[in-house]
Amino acid sequence: MDIESVVENVAVELLRQAVIKLPQDVKEALQRARREEESDVGKTQLEAILNNVELAEKTGTPMCQDTGVIIFYVKAGAQAKGLDKIEKALINATKKATKEVPLRPNSVGIFTQKNTGDNTGRYIPYINWEIVPGDNIELTAFPKGGGSENVCTLGLITPGEGLKGLKKFVINAVISAGANPCPPNILGVGVGGGADIAMKIAKAALLRPIDQPNPDPEIAKLERELYEAANMTGIGPMGLGGKFTVLGVNVDHANRHPASYPVAVAFQCWAARRASARIHPDGTVEYLTHKVV
Amino acid sequence: MAVYKLKTPISEEDVRKLKVNDVIYITGTIVTARDSAHKRALEFFKERKKIPINLQGLAVFHCGPIVKKEDDKWTVVAAGPTTSTRMDLFEDEFIKAFKVRVVIGKGGMGRRTTDGMKKYGAVYGAFTGGAGVLAAKAIKNVKSVEWFDLGMPEALWIMEVENFGPLIIAIDAHGNNMFEDVQKQVEENKQKIYERLGV
Repeated sequence: MDIESVVENVAVELLRQAVIKLPQDVKEALQRARREEESDVGKTQLEAILNNVELAEKTGTPMCQDTGVIIFYVKAGAQAKGLDKIEKALINATKKATKEVPLRPNSVGIFTQKNTGDNTGRYIPYINWEIVPGDNIELTAFPKGGGSENVCTLGLITPGEGLKGLKKFVINAVISAGANPCPPNILGVGVGGGADIAMKIAKAALLRPIDQPNPDPEIAKLERELYEAANMTGIGPMGLGGKFTVLGVNVDHANRHPASYPVAVAFQCWAARRASARIHPDGTVEYLTHKVV
Repeated sequence: MAVYKLKTPISEEDVRKLKVNDVIYITGTIVTARDSAHKRALEFFKERKKIPINLQGLAVFHCGPIVKKEDDKWTVVAAGPTTSTRMDLFEDEFIKAFKVRVVIGKGGMGRRTTDGMKKYGAVYGAFTGGAGVLAAKAIKNVKSVEWFDLGMPEALWIMEVENFGPLIIAIDAHGNNMFEDVQKQVEENKQKIYERLGV
């Protein structure tokens, strides 16, 4: 089996799936929001979102014109063959998907201000690597929109404030983000570790379906509490007022230095694009988030 | 929530009739412009150079679309709004200089733009963020693209639209700003949330 071409084809397919079709958990959360939203303006926004989601699926076009910066998560089985080929395959897949799907070219040089036109560039697509036991390769495509990225925030709060400080920080982040991240949002909250670790696990928390609470009941309770609090702000769909400011809150944590208490909030827009697949050593592919039609 | 259907060119009188919370649908010509296009247009205006299109009575759309070219013809694939606050730096001057009557975007705009809209006669129509296919469906034709050197998202896309909307009037030409009202309400709710969380 030619691992490079398998990974490339799968990654193109995942990018296509991610930008065209929402994962089922997000779609269901939006449908529930439409049923339960109390504000008339809020309802118009949820209606437009769901019409748009349907149209995107029907016509096979990206649901949002901002198809994001391309990020991959790779869980590489230590026994899998050809791991050194994956990076190249993902870069090629990004170029190919940009043309074929198509994706909007979103990779701009910091100093040149030039758009590369193919969504690649220094460190981009960004690949998050994790080495796991076994011989499978699990790939996740995570195209991340700019509007929700611009309000992601990190706080190094005083450890003495603890959990109370954490809750306040998250709610203040939601309030200060307001309409900008295209609410209703999904929040990934990462606590502990260090500045980089907190943000990394906050973002990775967005990969967990929002209908799956954290397996730790204490953290699940915190997720529920933050969800309810964020939906008391009144920001509402698109910041035009209403009940649904968030669709879900996913929390993850790492242990912390005694003197530090990092809290990171990663915002995801309603167009919460992610798609995963598992590649087996014989080259067979299992799509995990989307059915292939 | 009164609903209006407007055709471009839109007169100042027509936009002065609109109030916050109204819904409009636009038929006619809209032009995309983001940060770079606003900046360049104002530079042109200052240097008394002509910009590629007369914007009077038209709608400017904060949008960087995905567009594809087939047989020498551009088609819009997805074209939802981008965050409008980035254009707060330019918009009052832009409305004054080019007499656009509707600004379309997402996330709202600030006091400076609100005052400019009141003074020069324009409204802000909020289009649902991310609803790029819904927008594309209402775009019937790409008339032309100008300033393509700015890149696909930043170029001026001149588009013919039919019933483009729904656009919620979130800033009217009388100084009202729905996003400011929501923000006030959110500030009031903040204390209640703190109490509930025990923080």
